[in-house]
Formats: sequence, structure tokens, C-alpha cells
Amino acid sequence: MMKYLKMITLIVSTVLMGLLNPMAFAAFEINMPQGVTAISQEIYQLHMIIFWVCVAVGLIVFSVMFWSIFFHRKSRGYKPAPFHENTLIEIIWTGLPFLILAAMAIPSTKTLLAIYNTDDADLDIKITGYQWKWRYDYLEEDISFFSHLTTSPQEIYGLREKGKNYLLEVNEPLVVPIGKKIRFLVTAADVIHSWWVPDFALKKDAIPGFINEAWTRIDTPGVYRGQCAELCGKDHGFMPIVVEAKTLEDYQKWLLVKQEKAQELKKLNALNRTEEELMQKGEEVYREHCATCHENNGKGSSIYPSLVKATMTDQLDCITDHMHSVTYGVPGTAMAAFGEQLNPADLAAVITYERNAWGNNTKQFIQAKDIVLFKETGKYQNQELLGTCKGVIKK
Amino acid sequence: MSEHHNPPKGLMRWVLTTNHKDIGSMYLWLSLIMFFVGGFMAMIIRAELFEPGLQIVDPNFYNQMITMHGLIMIFGAVMPAFTGLANWMLPLMIGAPDMALPRMNNWSFWILPFAFIMLSSTLFMEGGSPNFGWTAYAPLSTTYAPNSTTFFIFAIHMMGISSIMGAINIIATILNLRAPGMTLMKMPMFAWTWLITAYLLLAVMPVLAGVVTMLLMDIHFGTSFFNAGGGGDPVLYQHVFWFFGHPEVYIVILPSFGIISTILPAFSRKPLFGYTSMVYALGSIAFLSFIVWAHHMFTVGMPLVGELFFMYATMVISVPTGVKIFNWVATMFRGSLTFEAPMLFSIAFVVLFTIGGFSGLMLAIAPADFQYHDTYFVVAHFHYVFVPGSVFAIFAATYYWLPKWTGNMYDESLAKVHFWFTFIGMNLTFFPMHFLGLAGMPRRIPDYNLQFADFNLIASVGGFLFGATQLVFLFLIIKCIKTGKPASESPWEGAEGLEWTVPSPAPYHTFSTPPDIK
Repeated sequence: MMKYLKMITLIVSTVLMGLLNPMAFAAFEINMPQGVTAISQEIYQLHMIIFWVCVAVGLIVFSVMFWSIFFHRKSRGYKPAPFHENTLIEIIWTGLPFLILAAMAIPSTKTLLAIYNTDDADLDIKITGYQWKWRYDYLEEDISFFSHLTTSPQEIYGLREKGKNYLLEVNEPLVVPIGKKIRFLVTAADVIHSWWVPDFALKKDAIPGFINEAWTRIDTPGVYRGQCAELCGKDHGFMPIVVEAKTLEDYQKWLLVKQEKAQELKKLNALNRTEEELMQKGEEVYREHCATCHENNGKGSSIYPSLVKATMTDQLDCITDHMHSVTYGVPGTAMAAFGEQLNPADLAAVITYERNAWGNNTKQFIQAKDIVLFKETGKYQNQELLGTCKGVIKK
Repeated sequence: MSEHHNPPKGLMRWVLTTNHKDIGSMYLWLSLIMFFVGGFMAMIIRAELFEPGLQIVDPNFYNQMITMHGLIMIFGAVMPAFTGLANWMLPLMIGAPDMALPRMNNWSFWILPFAFIMLSSTLFMEGGSPNFGWTAYAPLSTTYAPNSTTFFIFAIHMMGISSIMGAINIIATILNLRAPGMTLMKMPMFAWTWLITAYLLLAVMPVLAGVVTMLLMDIHFGTSFFNAGGGGDPVLYQHVFWFFGHPEVYIVILPSFGIISTILPAFSRKPLFGYTSMVYALGSIAFLSFIVWAHHMFTVGMPLVGELFFMYATMVISVPTGVKIFNWVATMFRGSLTFEAPMLFSIAFVVLFTIGGFSGLMLAIAPADFQYHDTYFVVAHFHYVFVPGSVFAIFAATYYWLPKWTGNMYDESLAKVHFWFTFIGMNLTFFPMHFLGLAGMPRRIPDYNLQFADFNLIASVGGFLFGATQLVFLFLIIKCIKTGKPASESPWEGAEGLEWTVPSPAPYHTFSTPPDIK
């Protein structure tokens, strides 16, 4: 028996030594980040204080215990003492922890009060959690965008080497100024999510139908990463948060660029494109957003249906169903909702493309304003067609 | 004993039995089976997390695994094990001939296998099993849930009915069937802990039944309890769930306190230190467990005053818990210690449960919880409480009473192997999770950034070691049933209690006439 035990111990310890060698150890992060806000540093302090209190109590309790384990053994011939109660000591070890806890409660309460004080914010940003991306609305600035994971499936499935920011990289980060009190209004559109950036010590649940408030004031410029912290379905592990904190000057430059883009979007929505322009833009959007599943030739693969000569894409009366699928997705399938991710001009172009490429021949050319109208009324050019297309969308 | 007192033969003995020992054994076997089923799921989880990237399961199946692992371990492994121990040992410890309500006892056991078959069958249904975590937060568990959720709700109802009947039976037994002269304050500590646990069960299992019924209504009958769009509130679900959930945490730990308070004195050859204060501490913990539920929800956006109240109340719980730990250490202090398997698991319980208690105290600090909440720090915390707290105590109890159950001594050196590998495996699995959580890894994710790779690798190696070691435990039990040195009436030198006054193995009927308590 002992021989086997020794052998197994040897193997286990060799494996452990290999794992714990100093080279590997460099990558081991073992403590909470101190973060880049006053609150995060206060929380770090609280964490360390309560940690050392626990260590001190643990040391006392475990020393007494291991003293008994080593010295009060029957094998050493130790005779048991008969005592089994002592009121004084019971009072002491009930009272003393109370005092320690009371002392702990004071700084904790102070920090909590500060965390809850969301008054006098310099700017407000609304955060909305979606399955599985974040939407940021700058309430004072007419700016709004979605932020979703950009790590490639090839990295996730091990076909390509994983980068440094694996699973923590997005298409567009939240950009904020340093030194300003930023108030976040946190909510969700479907299930509960939780917005968490460890460096700000800020975690707030995003609850559909309710708005939570939180705030931060960042000290140093930089890129800070976090993740959704509340189980929100299949891709809960794949909805990161990236915040870019800039100096006020850089932030304002960024604002200008964003606002110009917003103006352009307004123009785009009013734009009437020619058939060639629609097809050209449509192909571009299709290749970026649709081809990963439906393939460049539109034929799809495995679970992804072909769009070539398909009822939905090639029948005239299916146009609203087609717009509906692209805008709102098809529940229960892999088809995502693109209505919030793409602007109306791009949606119009890509739907036009799908209806007139690869031999599809509807000659229906859709403009951005048709999409805007469809989103408002559910109709295409005031024709109620949704559901007339048989056997494609079950309603 | 006359002939007709012997058990009938064959399957019908087990189906129709009203004997507390038979029912206790069935509970314990069911618990062991569910422990392996839930453990197998944990192995799948650890295999997926072995390295970054998605290798073995897809994210949706991963979510099903974490959900079913939690449900099966809590409701299938730990709770039935404690009820099984109560069935076997309570009548023997208080000098009663059987449980007070033997026919109901049969029914409360036999509901359970069907509940777990139904729960497990969801894995093979279209759309898969529940995938929203064992906490089943709405609306992920209503609007966005797979169809099998209805079966999950029904299974929970059946487990709840079983637990409530078990609890009624235990209360009736302890309050009515104690041997003459055994006053409440002379009762074995295991009876005290179970009495209080049974009241907790009676109080909160109906709350769980209520809240899952509200889920059912939201799914099938168009109500909007948890749907803001219809005037409801998703956070209401969490409040009601945790009003059940927090006392539930104590339901799966208090019987352990009783086991440890029995075993430590036996192998220290010294009476339990501070019996009276232990009872009061139990009562305080049980009371406090009802007013701390929202510490599971510090980040949902409660008002400041609510946040403060739940922080203070939670911190206070560490006082009576501390008293228990101090009393156990004082029990060992200046005893005459030996280290058989029950004692080893009990000592490991005290050390590791204390560590779990410390991380619990850290989590109580609401501002710090904004960082800890829903990270691997929490996973580390509750596994340090559940695994050494409940599972180690069940191991300790099994080794302690196996001679009484089987009439044979178990293989002590193999049991020590089981202990050491379990101890090492457990710490290797769960200790690194503290670091992962602090460094920023959220819980319930199937894949992670490279910075978390090293500790996850260690945790997975530890997990496999822990899992494989449990096969040794199964082997040990079967070996002990089949062969082994015959056990005397009272095989442990320092053990006290009425169960050691009957022969080993305990005859089918015991204490038909009550013993005398001096």
C-alpha cells in the first residue's frame, strides 16, 4: 500500500512542480486589481483588510488546532482533560468577533454610501444588454452604437492561435473621458445581464424593464476590459466589455467624428440609390455579415439555408417576410437580428442584393426609407404582405 | 424476536418497507448514485475548462451541465444523504423503535427516484435540459427557456414534497419518541441539528414550490410575475428564490454540524465543548438565515438601506458560526486524539469549512462583493462550504457508522488513501478558483481569456483526481458490506451514544422497549 502511495505522490508532485515552475508563475494573477478609480482603490483596501482579519483569526484557530493534533495525541500517551465548558471564554469568543465586525462595518458603509451617490454626473451613458452584445447610448450627444465580440470562431475552435485579448475584444469600445463623473443607466432588452469592468470595481445588473444607476470617475487613460457577469444564455461567455478612457481633448475629438458619422447616417436614410449602387453596396454588406453562414455564392451549408431561388428571397410576395427575417432574426434558428446592427441603408442594400443576385430575379429594389418605414409600420411601401408568403415564417 | 419480524425477501422488501433502516439505506444509495451522476457532469465541466477554447461541448450544453450539476448535487446527493443518515441514526440515537410516521417515510423516499429520473430525462428532450443555472433566474428561465423547463418544475415540486414529508417525520420522531429521561438538552447534537434543519425545510420548501409555480404560470398561463412588460419584476423572482435559497444553504450544512459534533468528541476522547452554546448558536444561525437572503443580490440595484441591512445581517452570521468552530477546536484541545478516517474527514471539515466561512465573510462586505459577485471567487467559496462542509461530513458519518450498518469494519488504510486524495484533489480544484475570481474570471462561462489558463488547468487536474478518488469510496463500501473484521457493539473507543448499545450490525428492530437514560 505505502509503496503505491509513494509512487503516486511522486507523480503528482512532479506534475505540480512542472506546473508551478517560476516561468509559468509569472502569468499567475492572484489578487483583485487595484483599478483606476478612487472607488476601486477603496474596495481593494476593504478587500485586503478583511482578508488580513481572516488570516489573523485563521492563524489563531488553526495554531490551537494543530497544536492539539501534534501534541495531544493518544499515540504520545496524552491523557484527555475532562473540561467541557467555560462560560467566560464563550462570552469572549462571541463578543470579540462582534467588535471586529463593527469595526469592519464602518469603512464598508462609507464606501457603499459613495458608490450609491450618483448625483452631479458630468455625462450620462445608457447601457443596454442584449443577447449577446452591449448597446451604448450617449444621452446628451445623439450617439448610439452596438459593441460585440470580434474574436474569430477559428480562434475559439483552436484553428488559429489565440491572441492576447482573446474573448475580450470588440468591434467598437465604449469611449469615455477621464476625470469626469460618468453616470451609467443600465438596463437590458431580453434577459438579465450584468455590466462589469474590474478596473472600475463597477458591476451592475442589467435588468429588462428596469433601469439601474451606477457611476465611475476614471483616473488614467487606457483600455479596460470586462465581461458580462450574469448568466444570460448560450453566449454568456462571449459578450465582453471594452472601455477606452481618453483625455477630455481626445474624447471631444472622438465625439466630433462620431457626430459627423451620425449626420452621414441621416443623409443615408434619405438617400435614393440606383439599382447598380444598391447591388454593389449590398454585395459588400453581404460579404461582411452574411457570407460567414450563407457563403459568398448564397448556397449556405449544413444548417444554414441556401438563399438561391429560395421561396423567401425569390418570391415577390415574400418581401416583407424577408425584411422581417433580416431585421428581427428567426427565433429558434441561427439567424440573427440585424435590424439594430446595420443601418437602414445597408439593410436595404443587402436585402436588395439577396433578392437579385445568384439568379434570384425579383427586380424589387429597396431604399433606406423603405426600411425605416418597415420598422415603424411592419409594411413594405404600405403593402401589408407579412405572412402571405407561405411556409417560410410560421406565425 | 419472533419470525414475522424479519424482513421479507426480494424486491418487495424495498418497495413496501416501512423500516427506518431499510429506508435509510435506500436514501444513502440514491444519494451515492446521484453523487456519481452529478460528479460525472462536473468532470465534463472541468474537461471543457481544461484549456482555453471550445473543445468538448458547445456553450448551450455546457450551460445544461452546470445547471444539472448544481441541482443534482444539492437535491440529489447532499439532501438525501442527510435524510438517509437521519432515518438510520435518529431512532438509534434517541432510543426509538422506528420513525414516528413509517408509512409516510416509505412514500417520501419513493417519490425521489422518480423525481430524478424525470429531471435527468430532460437531457434527452428536444431543446435539451434546463440551461439557466440551478438558480433559474427569470426571464432566462421563462420566455427564453427550453421546453423541458416544465419537467424541471414538476421534478422540483416532487423533491419538495419529499423533503417536507421527511421533515415532518423527523420533527415528530424527535419530539415524541425520545427515550424516557432524554430531555431536549440531553439530546445528541445530531438530533438537535436535524430538528432545526427540519423546521427550516418546513419553512422554505413551500416558498421554492411557490416560486417555481410562478415560473410555470409565466411560461404556460400568460401571467407576468417576472415579466416587466406585463407589470411584473424579474428581481421579484430572485428575492423569493433566495428567501428559499439562503436557508437552503443551512439545510445542507446544519446536519453536518451535528455529525462533526458527534465525531470530534469520540476521537478526542473528551466531551463536546460548550453543548449549550452550540445549541444556541444553531438557533441563531437558523434565525439569521431568514434575514440575509438579498446578500446574493448585492448588484441588482437594491436601495442603499436594503443593501446596508443585508450586509450587517450577513456579517453577524459569522458570530454564531465562529462560536461553533471555536467550540470544536476547544473540544479537540487537550483531548487524546487518534486519526481514523471519520476523524480525518472531520478535522478537514473544520479547517476547510473555516476557509469557506472566511471567504463568506469577505463576500458579506457589500462594496467588495461588487468585485466578487458572480466570479469564480464565489464558485470557490460555495464549493469550500459544500464539499468539505456537506460531502466531507457525509464521508465522516459513513465511516463512523459503517460498522454499525454492516457489522464489519471498513478497510482503514484504503480509507486513508481515500481521505488524502480527496483532500488534495479538493484543494487543488477549488483553491485556485479564488485567484481566478479575483483576477476577473466570471462564473458560468465555457471559455476564457488566456490569462486564466494556468489556474484552470490546475483546477481541472485537481477535479479529475477528486473524481477518480471517489471510486475508491464506492469500492470501500462494497468491500465493507461483503467482508471485513467483524465489528463489536461499540468499535470506537471514545464513542458515546445509544446507537453503540445495540449489536453490530444493528438488528432489523431495535429499542422495541425504550432504554433507560440516567
